[in-house]
Amino acid sequence: MKLNSEKNHEPLVHLTRRAYMSPWKAIGIRGVAIVASLIVSGIVALILIEKLNANPGRIFDFYKCFIDGSFSTEGMTWKFFKNLAILLCISLAVTPAFRMKFWNIGAEGQVLMGMLGAIAVAKTCSSLPNWLVLILMLIAAVLCGIVWAGIPAIFKAFFNTNETLFTLMMNYVATYFVSYMLLVWVPSGNAMGIVNQETKIGWLPTVIHNYFLIIVAVLILTGILFVYLNYTKHGYEISVVGESNNTARYIGINVKKVILRTMILSGALCGLTGFLMAAGLDHSITSTSVNGQGFTAIMVSWLAYFNPLTMIATSGLIVFLDMGGSKISEVFDVRGALPNIIIGIILFFIIGCEFFIRYKINFRKKEVVDKSSKPEPVPVPQEEVKEENQTDEDEMPSAEQPAEETEQKEDN
Amino acid sequence: MPVWLNILIDSIAFGATFMFGSTGEIITEKSGHLNLGIPGIMCMGGAGGCLMLNLIGTSKMPGFMIVMLGIIASFASAALMGLIYSFLTITLRCNQNVTGLTLTTFGTGLMMTLMAKATQTKYLNIPKKYFRFPFADRTDSLQKLGVMFFLVIAIIVLAWFVLNKTKVGLNLKAVGENPSTADTAGINVIRYKYLATTIGAGISGLGGLYYIVDYSASGEAYKSLEAFGWLSIALVIFALWRPLRTIAGSVLFGILFSFSSYITLIPFIETTLKTKPILQMLPYVVTIIILIVSSIKNKKENQPPSSLGLSYFREDR
Repeated sequence: MKLNSEKNHEPLVHLTRRAYMSPWKAIGIRGVAIVASLIVSGIVALILIEKLNANPGRIFDFYKCFIDGSFSTEGMTWKFFKNLAILLCISLAVTPAFRMKFWNIGAEGQVLMGMLGAIAVAKTCSSLPNWLVLILMLIAAVLCGIVWAGIPAIFKAFFNTNETLFTLMMNYVATYFVSYMLLVWVPSGNAMGIVNQETKIGWLPTVIHNYFLIIVAVLILTGILFVYLNYTKHGYEISVVGESNNTARYIGINVKKVILRTMILSGALCGLTGFLMAAGLDHSITSTSVNGQGFTAIMVSWLAYFNPLTMIATSGLIVFLDMGGSKISEVFDVRGALPNIIIGIILFFIIGCEFFIRYKINFRKKEVVDKSSKPEPVPVPQEEVKEENQTDEDEMPSAEQPAEETEQKEDN
Repeated sequence: MPVWLNILIDSIAFGATFMFGSTGEIITEKSGHLNLGIPGIMCMGGAGGCLMLNLIGTSKMPGFMIVMLGIIASFASAALMGLIYSFLTITLRCNQNVTGLTLTTFGTGLMMTLMAKATQTKYLNIPKKYFRFPFADRTDSLQKLGVMFFLVIAIIVLAWFVLNKTKVGLNLKAVGENPSTADTAGINVIRYKYLATTIGAGISGLGGLYYIVDYSASGEAYKSLEAFGWLSIALVIFALWRPLRTIAGSVLFGILFSFSSYITLIPFIETTLKTKPILQMLPYVVTIIILIVSSIKNKKENQPPSSLGLSYFREDR
């Protein structure tokens, strides 16, 4: 590091990977990013919203709307937690696949198919007792989810078909399939009414509040998935396959089996979400019932670094912003999709601030370099498990090795 | 004009939307960046162009100026979106998939809000004629082959030429295949990545303007743009990362798409309301089949750029 201070040989800015950052500092950086993003979204709102344009003093109302959107009444608070639970559940569903680096962006379609399965059962079996119908609905929903996720998984496992596009296309197929089924059920083309409105067959029972059962179910699921991913053999296998297919094969993991099993799990969880939505919330279906949450879930899962417990916070953040944005649209009378803009801006900042957590910026100035490089004089490339596929093949400090580029590109 | 020719030309014109989107995405992906923000970028390209036309559409400017300014505004606003993506993924090395998805959320949201402010009579009614320049007076589908259609063909040929026949193109491909090797060879990796993603985004964005003002020429058109963005990304794989192949792919997509609306015109085929969703499913099912077939064949030269999706940090070994 000690370059002789010859002129202009050291670049002005020089990046190094951080070995470690204290969690508090990391949270601090994220906090700063969120504050900055709120300021930027305020500025964007000032430009975009006519009522703010004319009357900039109302900017405080703008920020107040965020809190009002989720917590102004008791009903709103329940709705906040319900939305959180549903988004969290879809995020949980995509997470096992993501840990395996299987980019399943088809949660939208998988959840929709789950709903379709559940609704189909509720419609056809309305003479059976309620508990039996609910079980049948659950089974149907999970099976539909599994089929929708399993098809891309089979082709990925055996032919290495690009799963991102496959699952994306399956979303559209699901959407049109639902439109088709709706036309079969309601040939006039009108919207489908609420299923079994009088008998309430195939409706989840109400405990404490309409949404209570769903919230509890998702919370339990979060715990189970956390344990499954972190403390079981299956979870370990998923991580290894995600890090490197070749390593997995080398230590005797059947990669195809893991891909199929994980995608079946992922699809089953999506189906389960579909069941919760069909039996607990909508009791009906349209081709847009999932409303883009399958895509939002990807961001939720990613922002939490695929950790189910952190996902509670990230899905909470997104639901909070979404409901706040809707409230703002209502109060300030904005047409269009304001919540999406706000979510976009704030996520840009949150994504961007990860850079400052992962990398250290060294300026050319001497003091800065000295102060920071005292404890560890040479920044040896550290074992960052997250993106590198460094396995414990060699623990030697890699300074001796010449560039080994071929190692990095084994997937694709 | 016979019915079949009418359908074919309409499909070709429709396909031009995808041609813009996927040519831009091919250029982006050649630099090793998978931009899932294309739907948002196309939306913003459309919105930027339409807002400009909203300003100047009813003015007394000559027609070609209106077209030029519309195209420039569209390109610029899409390129700006591309710049956000580039800054986040190239300089800050963020995950490309999340950044792309966020860009899509942001772009579609912003477009919906902006387009709600534009008035259809200003940005559409008069500029439409200029955009459909050579055949604006026709009543059949030939009218849709306007200025921007010829522009996209030119862009595709140019992209093919630059990528395959010039040093710049070879350098760009080297960056996408293996950035550290390219860096060692003295190629300015960061600059290539920035230029490719930004220009690629700009080209994709033109697709939005084309679709709104020229092809569909309706005030509701912008609401369906997002889906076409996703299809454009799919087309890149379909076209195996080769610009010229996007033409064939886009036309095929266009035919499959217009099938559901034109099938009633074809004699001897009875259709009911129910068949429509099944027909609309067709383009997606065909894409899936092509994906599967191409993956089973699994040829070496048909693979994506090998560092696609990975961010490049010089000091990582």
